[in-house]
Amino acid sequence: MHGPAALQLTPDGRLKHLLTTEGLPKSLITELLDTAETFLSSQGQPVKKVPLLRGKTVVNLFFENSTRTRTTFDIAAHRLSADVVTLDIRTSSASKGETLFDTLKNLEAMQADLFVVRHSAGGAPFFIADRVTPDIAVINAGDGTHAHPTQALLDLMTIRKHKGDPANLSVAIVGDLKHSRVARSLVHGLRGMGCPDIRAIAPGTLLPADLAHLGVRTFHHIDDGLSDVDVIVLLRLQKERMSNALLPSEREFFNLYGMTESRLRHAKDNAIVMHPGPINRGVEIANEVADGPQAVILDQVTNGIAIRMAVMAMTLSTQQGSHS
Amino acid sequence: MHEIRSQKATEAALQNLINQVRDGYRGNSPLVVGIHTGGAWVASRLCEALQWAAPATLDISLYRDDFETSGLKRSGTTDRMPQQLNGENILLIDDVLFTGRTIRAALNVLFDYGRPGTIHLGILFDRGGRELPIEPTFLGESLGEEGVGRCKLHGPEPLMLMTPNSE
Repeated sequence: MHGPAALQLTPDGRLKHLLTTEGLPKSLITELLDTAETFLSSQGQPVKKVPLLRGKTVVNLFFENSTRTRTTFDIAAHRLSADVVTLDIRTSSASKGETLFDTLKNLEAMQADLFVVRHSAGGAPFFIADRVTPDIAVINAGDGTHAHPTQALLDLMTIRKHKGDPANLSVAIVGDLKHSRVARSLVHGLRGMGCPDIRAIAPGTLLPADLAHLGVRTFHHIDDGLSDVDVIVLLRLQKERMSNALLPSEREFFNLYGMTESRLRHAKDNAIVMHPGPINRGVEIANEVADGPQAVILDQVTNGIAIRMAVMAMTLSTQQGSHS
Repeated sequence: MHEIRSQKATEAALQNLINQVRDGYRGNSPLVVGIHTGGAWVASRLCEALQWAAPATLDISLYRDDFETSGLKRSGTTDRMPQQLNGENILLIDDVLFTGRTIRAALNVLFDYGRPGTIHLGILFDRGGRELPIEPTFLGESLGEEGVGRCKLHGPEPLMLMTPNSE
């Protein structure tokens, strides 16, 4: 493997950082999902905390606001008994003029073991992973419109739990794919798992240009795109897209692409409906679908904690220099 | 990979363990917990022989003390554990006892489920070499203080004690 994706693997193919799902081999994705499954079982204990990462320091570096993702990373690190420090960089050094590189060197000097990075600029976590000392692991918690690998992994975990091996499934992604790092990472993850039928459903203004190149079929009419799919992934519609004149209105979007019970009938009978949250009821999804039996949105949240625990444990495990 | 204890010798050790456990509990069956994977096989055979309910299995990989040196070792699943332990009498089962560190980790997992009443330890083979003050309550066979080197129970059917794959 070449390019930036190679940065996240050791020469013998183990996970050193998690920066992107692009180019992640099926064996490694499977190992991550299997590890997350075992963490899920410890989450049923009265004491949910396990001592695995006792004494390790996890630093959450959030250059961009995100309550939900940050909270799940916090919970994941705490449940592994790591110490967690959260730095809201927007309000600290960066606003005083310190460069990213200097902020990094300062945090290294504080003996951190793992950085969880969220940044509005695509590529920022790669920049950091490329420059940290070798014993620090870096996890990308979302960079610009580029990648959100832990979200993609939790989606794959949810898909596998409910529908089995993605290599036998049809998956439709509905909504603003153009500005979505979630969609981009999920497409790469599904491709890595050998998913034969990935579909994108959106108006032309919200579809990226390179989808065909990734083996994704595009549909402008939702009923055609949903035909016989096993999995439907809805994306959040960001309000700023309307102000950029890419869409006329939220109501218009709902009328054309909103997930209603009648549209859901075009998919397979037992198809699941997913959404990375937070959901906009009446925009991407109708109430009766969001609260219906086919929605697995809250299961995604639970799986998200287990996936983040697995990613932390596996990257830090590699940093221990183990080959067992 | 070669045989340290044949199927016949392993079955004899298992029968010895079962007899001791039967005498030890005299009708009041404990909650049997087998450590994944070898301990779970031994626990299943024991519960079958004594006509007790199927045992719980315990995955101790998140409680090991060698993460710093060996990294993450995933071992299996935790299954059939009650939601909460509160005064239960537990019989913890493992296949081979060596340093005692696995049992230490298992005790910690059990305490994360609550406050067990009593915990006894049943072991199929003891190979000596203890690094912690942990001893079996019930033992199938002692392999002697000299030690037999690294070994691993193969199973579930037939059960046999072997050297590990790499040797």
